[in-house]
Amino acid sequence: MSLIQLVFYFFASLAVASSLLMITRRSPVYSAMFLVLTLFSLAAIFVVLDAHFLAALQVILYAGAILVLFLFVIMLLNLGYDFEPDVRGRFALVVAGGVGLVLLAEIVALLSGAEELPPVDLVTPLLDAQGAIGAVAEPLFQNYVVALEITGVLLLVAMVGAVVIAKRRTV
Amino acid sequence: MVGGFGLNTVSGLAGQVAEGGGFNPFLPAWIILFPFIGFVVNAAIAFLAPNQRRRVSLVGPGVLGLALALAVINFVLLLGAGESEPVVRSYWTWIEVGHLRIDAALQLDQLSIFMALVVTAVSFVIHVYSVGYMQKDPGYARYFAYLNLFVFFMLVLVLAANFPLVFVGWEGVGLCSYLLIGFWYSDPKKSAAGLKAFVVNRIGDFGFLMGMFAIFAYVGSLDFIAVFEIAPRALQYGGAAVTMITLFLFLGCVGKSAQIPLFVWLPDAMEGPTPVSALIHAATMVTAGVYLIARAGVLFALAPLTMNVVAITGAATAFIAATIAVQQVDIKRVIAYSTISQLGYMFLAVGLGAFTAGIFHLATHAVFKALLFLASGAVIHALHDALHNAREDASEAASQDMRNMGGLRTYLPTTYRTAWVAALALAGVFPLAGFFSKDEILWAAAAHGQTVLWVIGVVTAVLTAGYITRWIVMVFHGESRVSSKARKHLQPAARVMGIPLIVLGVGSLLAGWMNVSGALPLLPEFTWLHDFLHPSFAGAESVLAAHVGEPSHAAPLGGGEGTWAVISTVLAAVAIVAVFRILSERKYARAKDAVAPTGVMGFLYHKWYVDEVYDALIIRPFQALARFCWRVIDRALIDGVMVNGTAAVTRVMGRIGSFVIQTGYVGSYVLVFLLGVLIVLGAVAF
Amino acid sequence: MPLLQESLALSAILFVVGTVGVLIRRNAIVMFMCIELMLNAVNLTLVALSRQVGIEGQIFVLFVMTVAAAEAAVGLAIIISIFRHYESVDVQHFRLLRW
Repeated sequence: MSLIQLVFYFFASLAVASSLLMITRRSPVYSAMFLVLTLFSLAAIFVVLDAHFLAALQVILYAGAILVLFLFVIMLLNLGYDFEPDVRGRFALVVAGGVGLVLLAEIVALLSGAEELPPVDLVTPLLDAQGAIGAVAEPLFQNYVVALEITGVLLLVAMVGAVVIAKRRTV
Repeated sequence: MVGGFGLNTVSGLAGQVAEGGGFNPFLPAWIILFPFIGFVVNAAIAFLAPNQRRRVSLVGPGVLGLALALAVINFVLLLGAGESEPVVRSYWTWIEVGHLRIDAALQLDQLSIFMALVVTAVSFVIHVYSVGYMQKDPGYARYFAYLNLFVFFMLVLVLAANFPLVFVGWEGVGLCSYLLIGFWYSDPKKSAAGLKAFVVNRIGDFGFLMGMFAIFAYVGSLDFIAVFEIAPRALQYGGAAVTMITLFLFLGCVGKSAQIPLFVWLPDAMEGPTPVSALIHAATMVTAGVYLIARAGVLFALAPLTMNVVAITGAATAFIAATIAVQQVDIKRVIAYSTISQLGYMFLAVGLGAFTAGIFHLATHAVFKALLFLASGAVIHALHDALHNAREDASEAASQDMRNMGGLRTYLPTTYRTAWVAALALAGVFPLAGFFSKDEILWAAAAHGQTVLWVIGVVTAVLTAGYITRWIVMVFHGESRVSSKARKHLQPAARVMGIPLIVLGVGSLLAGWMNVSGALPLLPEFTWLHDFLHPSFAGAESVLAAHVGEPSHAAPLGGGEGTWAVISTVLAAVAIVAVFRILSERKYARAKDAVAPTGVMGFLYHKWYVDEVYDALIIRPFQALARFCWRVIDRALIDGVMVNGTAAVTRVMGRIGSFVIQTGYVGSYVLVFLLGVLIVLGAVAF
Repeated sequence: MPLLQESLALSAILFVVGTVGVLIRRNAIVMFMCIELMLNAVNLTLVALSRQVGIEGQIFVLFVMTVAAAEAAVGLAIIISIFRHYESVDVQHFRLLRW
């Protein structure tokens, strides 16, 4: 087992474990913290998979921005301490577990039925030639520039929408 | 537009082109267009300025005068061209679907030009008469708009070069008939009469349509020239196809021309203004059926069964209607039944293959029957005004009831004299119009060996002489039953009404001379109409000659045509004199004191109870069916089960959906959504 | 290819965990976090496959992140708004998604 695989399996098990903890912790704050841990593990796995730029973004965007937003809301709503227990009853657990298992089985069946991809490595030469950021940035600003701009508009709309929705009604 | 119409000489499908030497019609489209322009103008006046009576009086008859002039010009041109082929003028392609191509095309040949001449001439005279008759009516402009529109459609009917265009005219005159019968629409009885005419005509129109479909299916064309050229080759003589086609067409004719069993609408059509009765329900529209059979003579000649049906229907109608006319008391209804009877004669003629005789009788009948109607219109008009001015009951029933008349000859001399001319013409007294045409028909029956039909025809002729004499006597002779107060107000008709009477009277005197059979004794043979129309009927006659053979000229019971013509006219004269003698002496009770006759006369008085029988056999079951459809099918089934039932089911489902399935909880929605995802994924994966 | 199978398996497990989390939790914020987890699982698939399919996989991840950010902003705003009204973020306490 190579070092790379060792690292991968470590972070993979960390991600699974922390995600399981995330959905079982009663306190939303704990859940959020375990989500952060999961996302960090995923960032590490991105690095293993040669997606360095995305790994950086994962840390900055998800762990940095979005999760802070979550924690901020949790604290704003004061859910940190006297939270109500929100895990559903046993029946719901059984149903959820069943659904989860069936879903897993189906995904595995789908994946195992998929055809083999050609054994080429498209990313490594690109990284060697243009570096981690350039490899992603060049097609992004050339082929997908329209989509990128529209994403910018989407973010603006989301921002305005969030402000309007969360604003206190002062009528 | 003139140039476009004038230059656009297009051949029919058969490919015949009018060559320079042949008949070259002069502005034929304008014969049709003038009445239409009149309609547009009068309709505009009716909407915008209904009181512009002077303009209406100018436009209404004026356009007909122009159309008449054009018809005369074309008639003269056609006479000069000799035996020319039909000319088809196509103006535009109306319908083109697959193999079906229908042009808006006019066929100008001997038959159509002759019919156009008859139609425009009678229409013109009646339009002029209407100026006087309708003078005080508030719907003056509307009346003339309808009347012009009617003439337009009638001319489309007679000039059309294919069946669908004939059908346009056919439906159009039906529409105008409906509009004019119900012209005084505020009276429910009158609009009901219009409705009756319309509905009964629809039965016939169904037949016409089916006939057209069958013609297209079997012959592959609807143009007259093509159909009549192909039909003798494509259709087997006496075969089921041609019999079906012609029987359907005949159903159309039965409806339009008021034959048994669809004649019931025509007497009720007398609710319309009297000039309308004269024009539409005597002279022109109701003869469309005869025209159609004559036009489609080739098809009918190919179907001996249909020909027999036509002839028998015609004879039966002639007889039954004549018997009914004997006991009617309404001045117009007598003539209405007379019209039905005379139409029966025409059908008898065409059913025997004597197309010329049928058209001949159509023409003479148009003249003298229009005159009879106009004369009775003059009587009604005068009597109505008199009763009105005398402040007596001037209702329609009162002023049209012959039991309230009598002795009017001194008050309405012109009407009286012309009415006698028309009556004698109708009765078939030599030398008036009806004598020649009726004799031709009777002779055709005799010559074809149809003794029974011939006997019926002769008996009907005697009945005709009888009822029309009774009509004359009850209206004009004897002691006047008009109250002395009203009598002082009786005024002869205005000149604008009198002159048309005189014109038609002269016509009734002379019209018969256009075709004098050679067999009549002491008279020069002059078969002008027969020769003139010969090209139009050549096809049909050749078919008949090939399959039936020439009619024999040996009359039943021995004796030639001449003998029997003399005998029938003598019989008619005897009937006239006898009836005149008997009825002049009789005292009639006034309408309000009269009792309905009983026995045989009562049977005739109640018109053979045909309306009652139809009421019991057709109308009531139909109403019951309609009520069933309304109560059970519409109300219960469609409204109740289907519409409200659907709504109820939807409402219940909605309740279930909104209170059971639609919980409003995000959690349950997530679960359902995921189950859906599982199903879809499962379907893809396994 | 190295680690492709393993990455896909991890992605599937994380996705299922996120799904189960949505099903068993009633706290709107936690449900929301589970959805973020599911998005990340998909991101992992895209990144893992991008080696053989093309760099577009990584670019797509970028867009997913952006949309997730926008969604988080609006979603949390909605949660705040709901909390103001109901004094709770437990989805069992409001039945808004009906007529």
